[in-house]
Amino acid sequence: MRTERRKLLVGLSSLVGLAAIGAVGAATQPKEKVIKILARKFTYSPNHLDLKLGVPVILEFTTADVLMGFNAPDFQVRADIMPGKVEQVRLVPDKVGNFSFLCDIFCGSGRESMNGTITVSA
Amino acid sequence: MSQSIDRREFLKLAGLGGIVFASTLRSRIANAADAQAADDFYFVQLSDPHWGFQGPPNPDAKGTLKKAIAAVNGLSDQPDFIVFTGDLTHTTDDPKERRQRLAQFREIASELKVKDVRFMPGEHDASLDHGEAFQEFFGPTHYTFDHKGVHFIALDNVSDPRALIGDEQLQWLSADLAKQRPDANIVVLTHRPLFDLYPQWDWATRDGAKAIDLLMPHRNVTVFYGHIHQEHHKMTGHIAHHAAMGLMFPLPAPGSQPKRDPLPWDPEHPYRGLGFRDVDAEVKTSEFKLTEFPVKGA
Repeated sequence: MRTERRKLLVGLSSLVGLAAIGAVGAATQPKEKVIKILARKFTYSPNHLDLKLGVPVILEFTTADVLMGFNAPDFQVRADIMPGKVEQVRLVPDKVGNFSFLCDIFCGSGRESMNGTITVSA
Repeated sequence: MSQSIDRREFLKLAGLGGIVFASTLRSRIANAADAQAADDFYFVQLSDPHWGFQGPPNPDAKGTLKKAIAAVNGLSDQPDFIVFTGDLTHTTDDPKERRQRLAQFREIASELKVKDVRFMPGEHDASLDHGEAFQEFFGPTHYTFDHKGVHFIALDNVSDPRALIGDEQLQWLSADLAKQRPDANIVVLTHRPLFDLYPQWDWATRDGAKAIDLLMPHRNVTVFYGHIHQEHHKMTGHIAHHAAMGLMFPLPAPGSQPKRDPLPWDPEHPYRGLGFRDVDAEVKTSEFKLTEFPVKGA
């Protein structure tokens, strides 16, 4: 019985230790910037993103009307943006330059001009 | 078997006489059994007429399709059949207007002398209502048919607005291919490219690679598609993919400009970049020969 209790205490203390390490890790890691993007027929707002090479960002999408898409093929990042939901994707800019993104869901006439650009600087 | 694009032939034929652009491609399509059973034949591919479009890229928006049909009707030897590979109409958010455009398009297409005409949807026809209106006028959006030893598969990669073929249709494709010999002559008709031609401009099919994987075990496969409003040729392994010109406005070469806006109408060269192709299936010599024609006569 005493042995079992000792094992339990060791286990609990290990968990506390791990949690502390996790908290320290989270504290030292810079929080990733969240960029909110609203999609509506047939624009993104904003439709131009300025990013830094190697600095990850979270893109947070909502749609003002119908199902929309977001596709940045150069970064292999895409999302379905469902009405009434918030969709987040992580983008790591791994190259410098100007890159396009687009709505890759056929959401109505005018959709073919629904696009934007990502500028990644060093 | 190998497939190759004969660049020397391609360049030799470009710009001859009244033909604005011509190309010859070799695709090995036959085997001994088919050669005995099949005859040579040709069919015509028309694509992307976008009936209902209005704007500066084509000041003759109401006349171009009719000119193309007159040019096809004027061919000295009529094709065995004709295929339209999608975007029969230009998109509209109004379901009633969509049906009016489809009806008008069907009426104009009925002027073709050849009555064996196969229709396929593009995203402009089908993506906003999952192909409902298209099916009212032209029937199923994916189907197969056989002609003189060649198995044709029309794949729908537009009725799902996400540019997906979808698992159900892929299973249908798999079951159909299971009935074909590995050396069967197979032609796939589709609207969007099955491969990632230029996803930045939505020139892709999200699950197109799955269809290509299913086709890969078959040695003699050729894909004809539209969507990009220009001639384009690409090999994925041994499978040849040929995009056709459109019939309303040409689009720029992939990635050649920041946006995929239509190329401007050139009054000095009206209808430039618009046209159709004939596909000469020389089954006995194991070749497809493609010839591109301008709208205004051959």
